[in-house]
Amino acid sequence: MKESSENLNAIDLVNRSLKARYRAEKRFKAYGIAAILFGLACLVILFTDIISKGHSAFLQTEVYLEVTFDSDRLDIDDVSNSAQLMAADYQGIIKAALRERFPDVSGRRDKRTLYSLVSNGAGFSLREMLIDDPSLLGKTVGVWLVADDDIDTYVKSRGDNPEDAFTGRMSDKQIAWVESLMENDQLALNFNTTFFTSGDSREPEQAGILGAVMGSLFTLIVTIVLSFPIGVAAAVYLEEYAPRNRLTDFIEVNINNLAAVPSIIFGLLGLAIFIGFFEMHRSIPLVGGLVLSLMTLPTIIISSRAAIKAVPPSIRDAALGLGASKMQMVLHHVLPLAMPGMLTGAIIGFAQALGETAPLLMIGMVAFIVDIPGGVADPATALPVQIFLWSDSPERAFVERTSAAIMVLLAFLISMNTLAIWLRKRLERRW
Amino acid sequence: MKKPMILAALTMTYALTSGVAHAARDYINVVGSSTVYPFSTVVAERFGKSTPFKTPKVESTGSGGGLKLFCQGVGIQFPDITNASRRIKESEVSMCAENGVKDIIEVLIGFDGIVIGNAASVDKMELTRKDLFLALAKEVPNPDGSNTLVANPYKTWKDVNPALPNRAIEVLGPPPTSGTRDAFAELALEGGCKKFDWIGDLKNQSKAADKAGDKAKAKQLKNRYKSICHTVREDGPYIEAGENDNLIVQKLNANKNALGIFGFSFLDQNIDQIQGASIDGQDPTFDTISDGSYPVSRPLYFYVKKAHIGVIPGISEYLAEFTSEKAFGEEGYLTEKGMIPLNEEKRDEIATTVAEQKTL
Repeated sequence: MKESSENLNAIDLVNRSLKARYRAEKRFKAYGIAAILFGLACLVILFTDIISKGHSAFLQTEVYLEVTFDSDRLDIDDVSNSAQLMAADYQGIIKAALRERFPDVSGRRDKRTLYSLVSNGAGFSLREMLIDDPSLLGKTVGVWLVADDDIDTYVKSRGDNPEDAFTGRMSDKQIAWVESLMENDQLALNFNTTFFTSGDSREPEQAGILGAVMGSLFTLIVTIVLSFPIGVAAAVYLEEYAPRNRLTDFIEVNINNLAAVPSIIFGLLGLAIFIGFFEMHRSIPLVGGLVLSLMTLPTIIISSRAAIKAVPPSIRDAALGLGASKMQMVLHHVLPLAMPGMLTGAIIGFAQALGETAPLLMIGMVAFIVDIPGGVADPATALPVQIFLWSDSPERAFVERTSAAIMVLLAFLISMNTLAIWLRKRLERRW
Repeated sequence: MKKPMILAALTMTYALTSGVAHAARDYINVVGSSTVYPFSTVVAERFGKSTPFKTPKVESTGSGGGLKLFCQGVGIQFPDITNASRRIKESEVSMCAENGVKDIIEVLIGFDGIVIGNAASVDKMELTRKDLFLALAKEVPNPDGSNTLVANPYKTWKDVNPALPNRAIEVLGPPPTSGTRDAFAELALEGGCKKFDWIGDLKNQSKAADKAGDKAKAKQLKNRYKSICHTVREDGPYIEAGENDNLIVQKLNANKNALGIFGFSFLDQNIDQIQGASIDGQDPTFDTISDGSYPVSRPLYFYVKKAHIGVIPGISEYLAEFTSEKAFGEEGYLTEKGMIPLNEEKRDEIATTVAEQKTL
């Protein structure tokens, strides 16, 4: 009797608290969803901000001009002479074309303002044209030339309404000229190939991301080639061979510690060792890669050890039992099974290295470099450094380029992380 | 079977790295001041595009950091040129000499003016360096005239100087990390600070102590002088507005009461929106800065290692480009980027220095 009443009480208790428990359950779930929504909202705000600021950098204002490759003005009498082709005054024939387009402009000052409609780098594209096709000499051709960044900013901020335009750096005359060009369809926004094919420049309309992308690529290659094999070898030794004693414990503590050391310290280390002691040049991807390898090694060792640990001991025992040597056991069984985990950890480490700026500052990779690096020994910057340098520039047109460079970096990171997921899915084996 | 492969790989790695470490450098390596950086990079870019040489590499390390790197020695692993927004110090010359860097060519390229200004739609300010010091220093001489310091009591410009308008002191300027801020403190604040005899005396005393051989006392006096003259108040009227001068210009438009501190190039490019205050009776213009009568301007230099000319290709051509009329001349492309050119006589002198490679 007593027992049943107690039972009843227990059920009552359960029933009474049931509602509260369901509510708590729902709340708990809601917290999780709220956390994800918050994260997503931040991401959406970040992306919209970057994309809305940066998308216009992929277009560039160009001016249509009838340019005459006048051999007298260019001072070229022999098109096969490359020295003459290099040294000719291409900006001069652009100036002549501008004077022809706006014949009523007179006076030295006005002419100077007129010349500033077209980028001062536009002459180089004419040089390329003439080198590719020497028969152009003496002919008049219509070409689209890159406009100056002030014009570019004006056109982009103008949209369809001249009232909205940013005129801060434009004179009334320049505005009138630009409007006249627009009316005659001699001014257009075209795809900005320069942004993807050239190195840094102090003129926004000539600045591109390729130098920084190549710099990042070379640095990353050095990092991968060095840190992955070394990291995996260290992890295999520590997991499979090393005896458990004070020394290995000490090493383990140190590795975990190094993973948390601020990256600038690795930069200082690189400066002292590679540049100070080994006397390598400053600003080269080789040194950058070495420094970043030091930085990513602990991450790779830790994730590789975790992956090796996750391989069940039965597999090792089976291999050893069938007469495999320890090396065969590791190479034929443990490593292939641990590979997906090791790769994931490594790729996350490399993605981190790709976004690193602080250590590069110490070894001189934060620099103005125009030429596109052709190897690990050429001076170079990296993508995040380029973003930092552009964000600091006074010219307005660099604002959109900064955002565009961030988009390129994000694309890099997303593809690396996708690769990590794909590799894991592909190589994963269940037992 | 695999051993030869490993050996080969090792040898290759060694050959590659040692090759890299000792390969000749075929591009010019420039380091130094962030103020000169925008001008130096423009020249480097044009030089790279118009000559067969590679584009020089320009690093912005600050004047002091640049000279330190520059003075480390002669050899391809050390920079060839360093930019500086001040003259090289005696101590730096001797540090260079100790490391074997003996022949240094000094090139003065132009001036950089620092402007204090407000929105174009309000009255122009007429300031003196003393006004600026009293308005912006953390501690100022006691208004009762005694030789003591008090925390800055001034709230409005009229408090500082009865001739000035009755407006709250509100100045937007760069943070302490900025070179512009250092130069402003040194040229404007210290310039006003020295006008108080007893503070100016501290510096003389320090020099006297140094001569007498009392280094510790000299240092102590010098530090005291510096801390009085260079410390900016932190109680509100001085607002750190970040390193972006564009932002300061925008804020001046929104807040008509405020003044801002920025580089001359920003005044030049936004002359429709902002105006520069006159300092000690001099308006900030191209001419007053270039002849030195506007007090808050500083010279821009770069220094070249003579031993590297002929070793690293293109150095003398780079110097020629930098000191050509089309670059640092009155209508050169550097003035378009906001540098104040030297006068013609001075430019000729510099051009000969460079042509003859005269050393310090």
